[in-house]
Amino acid sequence: MNYASSIQATGLVALPPWRSRLLFALLLLGLCGLLVRAVYLQGIHNDFLQQQGDARYGRVVDISAHRGMIADRYGDPLAISTPVESVWASPQDVDATPQQVKQLAQLLDMSPGELKGRLSESSRDFVYLKRQMPPEQAEKVVSLEIPGVSLRREYRRYYPDGDVAAHLLGFTNIDDNGQEGLELALQGQLGGKAGSQRVIKDRRGHIVEDVASIRAPKPGSDVQLSIDNRLQYLAYREIKQAVEQHHAKSGSIVVLDAKTGEVLALCNWPSYNPNNRSKPSLGVLRNRALTDQFEPGSTMKPFTVAAVLEAGKVTPDTVINTENGVLTIDGRTIHDSHKEARLTVAQVIQKSSNVGASKMALSLQPEAFWRNLHDDGFGESTGSGFPGEAPGKLRDYRNWRPIEQATMSYGNGISVNLLQLARAYTVFANDGELLPVSLLKEDVQPVGKQVYSAKTAREVRDMLELVVQPGGTAPQAQINGYRVAGKTGTAHKLENGRYVNHYIASFIGMAPASNPRLIVAVKVDDPSGAYYGGEVAGPVFSKVMGSALHVLNVPNDAPLGNVMMPSGDIVREDT
Amino acid sequence: MIRRLWKRFIQYLDPVLMAALGLLVLTSLLVLYSASDGSWARVLSQALNILVAFGAMWLVANMPLHYLLRSAVPMYVLGMILLVAVALFGDISHGARRWLNIGVATVQPSELMKIAVPLMMAWYFEKHEATLMLKNYFIATLLLLLPVGLIARQPDLGTAVLIGASGFYVLFLAGLSWRVMLATFVAGVASAPVLWSMLHDYQRHRIQMLFDPTQDALGKGYHTIQGMIAVGSGGLLGKGYLNGTQTHLDFLPERTTDFIFAVYSEEFGLIGNLILLGLYLFVIGRGFVITANASTYFTRLMAGSITLTFFTYAFVNMGMVSGILPVVGVPLPLISYGGTSMLTLALGFGMLMSIHTHKQLVKT
Repeated sequence: MNYASSIQATGLVALPPWRSRLLFALLLLGLCGLLVRAVYLQGIHNDFLQQQGDARYGRVVDISAHRGMIADRYGDPLAISTPVESVWASPQDVDATPQQVKQLAQLLDMSPGELKGRLSESSRDFVYLKRQMPPEQAEKVVSLEIPGVSLRREYRRYYPDGDVAAHLLGFTNIDDNGQEGLELALQGQLGGKAGSQRVIKDRRGHIVEDVASIRAPKPGSDVQLSIDNRLQYLAYREIKQAVEQHHAKSGSIVVLDAKTGEVLALCNWPSYNPNNRSKPSLGVLRNRALTDQFEPGSTMKPFTVAAVLEAGKVTPDTVINTENGVLTIDGRTIHDSHKEARLTVAQVIQKSSNVGASKMALSLQPEAFWRNLHDDGFGESTGSGFPGEAPGKLRDYRNWRPIEQATMSYGNGISVNLLQLARAYTVFANDGELLPVSLLKEDVQPVGKQVYSAKTAREVRDMLELVVQPGGTAPQAQINGYRVAGKTGTAHKLENGRYVNHYIASFIGMAPASNPRLIVAVKVDDPSGAYYGGEVAGPVFSKVMGSALHVLNVPNDAPLGNVMMPSGDIVREDT
Repeated sequence: MIRRLWKRFIQYLDPVLMAALGLLVLTSLLVLYSASDGSWARVLSQALNILVAFGAMWLVANMPLHYLLRSAVPMYVLGMILLVAVALFGDISHGARRWLNIGVATVQPSELMKIAVPLMMAWYFEKHEATLMLKNYFIATLLLLLPVGLIARQPDLGTAVLIGASGFYVLFLAGLSWRVMLATFVAGVASAPVLWSMLHDYQRHRIQMLFDPTQDALGKGYHTIQGMIAVGSGGLLGKGYLNGTQTHLDFLPERTTDFIFAVYSEEFGLIGNLILLGLYLFVIGRGFVITANASTYFTRLMAGSITLTFFTYAFVNMGMVSGILPVVGVPLPLISYGGTSMLTLALGFGMLMSIHTHKQLVKT
């Protein structure tokens, strides 16, 4: 009805033409707007937008490079990198059932609450859930098939020797960069160059397709150290045992190849396990044999004697008036604990007479004495390249007072590190030639520097043999079947500029004395009870040197059963 | 026999319009296959949507026009009741209250209103055709603003805009005074700050993002930027079917629904866009032909409103994806995945066909 009436009304209300035209105009305007926009986006601005689109999926990703191996001189691994997987997530994309979260948390060894916390960091696109998992464990994570959770290949450093070579090798951080020790020093060689690859990634960061390898990862080079793993173990075992036995603060030991200057073993106690990510205190981390400088005490005397011999002032048999063990210079008194009226030059070494050494040193011009010590390598770094090596201190001779020149003759007022001291002894092992030291395996015989004549060097070496004989300060350092030349040191420690009744007991020696093959330097810091170098460090030397010579199959130069202990008291020394 | 049945079957359909619509829904299936990463389930589900919608279209096309006229008031009243019910008891999802749970199913009353509002307004003008006064326009505007206000409050800006537009077209076609329109426009501009303060935060952000989507590229501007990049990287010829990186690498959001135009555009380029625009233009043109030939005031208002609303649909969606309009939830007509919008559109086209094919019958 209504409808019917409207039919009759048709034409009564016609749309005015301008209205339909306006309508068409508006419509066309809209269409034109769309068209212009499409042409702008797709025809003019498209380069930029296409590039933006490419930038969204085309990514360049790093590929971890394998870090080089550190091996000992025979190729035994000391530090190796093994592939591991790190689990990461893109929190926005993670879509896991509570059951999956629970399972994942269990695999990652964390509480479900902690895991949820990590996954709720929604402002980030990349969150590590767990670094460096064993590959088989990581496989289980993958098998949960949780969207947004992925793996990333990394390498983890592993040290087969654990605490034995910890100080020497140092360690890497979680990104496999060297942080301490040789890992740091040799970073340039060991560290690989991460490669890069262009890939297509979807919004969740998953690699959909490898497009092209821009640069293949360049693995680091392997490095061979001069270390002999067998001797390293031996040295470590003995120094640890000695420190514990004497309730000392610490101990260090250095074994040098007397012919090449290569470091065959270098270790300290206390040590730590570098495979453990939580690192101990700085005190335990320190490679004391290189980073700690100390006053060497009597182990300096052979250098004093050598200087005087070389200057032609004395011969080994020249008698020195040792003043009954008391000598006063500039109002300060020097004592010998083993008091004698007179001693030959050789006996000064054997009995470790401070008075005798002082008198000999004072017979030299300060500059001549300084030159000798400097040429022995004191006062400057050994060139080992170890990070944080302490160069020791040898003061400028122009500032020396006579009392200082005297005390320096027996190793007070001068500081060294243990490797430096062991290296200086190469002059006696090599007929006066000072060898460079190296922590890396040397393929060619290094060129040394002639410091003393062969005659002087041999004369001092002979004197050093007397030290371990009955009547010397270290009969405990003797070795069955080998002749030993060495020197004890028992130095008062300096605390706040004063000498205190705490000691550094040391013994530096070489064997076989007839043609030295090895130099072993032992230092024990602050032993309780017995504290003499001969008593504390001597036995360590004997065990390490004796076993090392056997390991290396060095022929005997003395009949078996040559060890002779004195019937009476052992000669004691005061420095 | 079969031929006669067939003839009977297509009697009230408009073959020209049918052809264009067929091409569009075929395009929908094609693009959807790419946008859903080759999900046949999605494509089949959309095919079902299309079947249902076209079935409804056939029914409406076969309905004599006076049924349509008679259904205007009940539909509008029912829609209003449902809208109020939604505002009171509706289910909240994604921060908006749009759905009403009626036990057996959830319904979105605002979709019903897309048809009911212009129908109601056209019915009203038809009723007062002979004595149209300013008062009538005012009442018609009220009929429009009531549901639009309720829907905008849900909030569902996209649907509110579309219904508002369809209602405005009825007013316009009914001959609303030029002066009144101008005055309203000025008043609208003047009241923009007030309206602005009434918008929800997310709606304001969307409008702000329109002017500088890079402000918050990972947050509010994300949709727009990814959309523009997809459209732009299509270039002249497109990246080829199934080769759109924005789509297939999961960068593009809502890519089977509101942002399906970006998928199409990335894969088929400017040429593809021209073809799609051409198809839409053809449908609109046919709509205008039907409007011009409509025999009654009511049918002319309805046909014009349906056609123009269809245009608005396409324009708003494409404008939003290509970054010239703010992101409001408007699907690309006949292409986007989704049953409801397909059904609403098909009902509109059914009416268009009915208007076109029944007038002769009435006349004779």
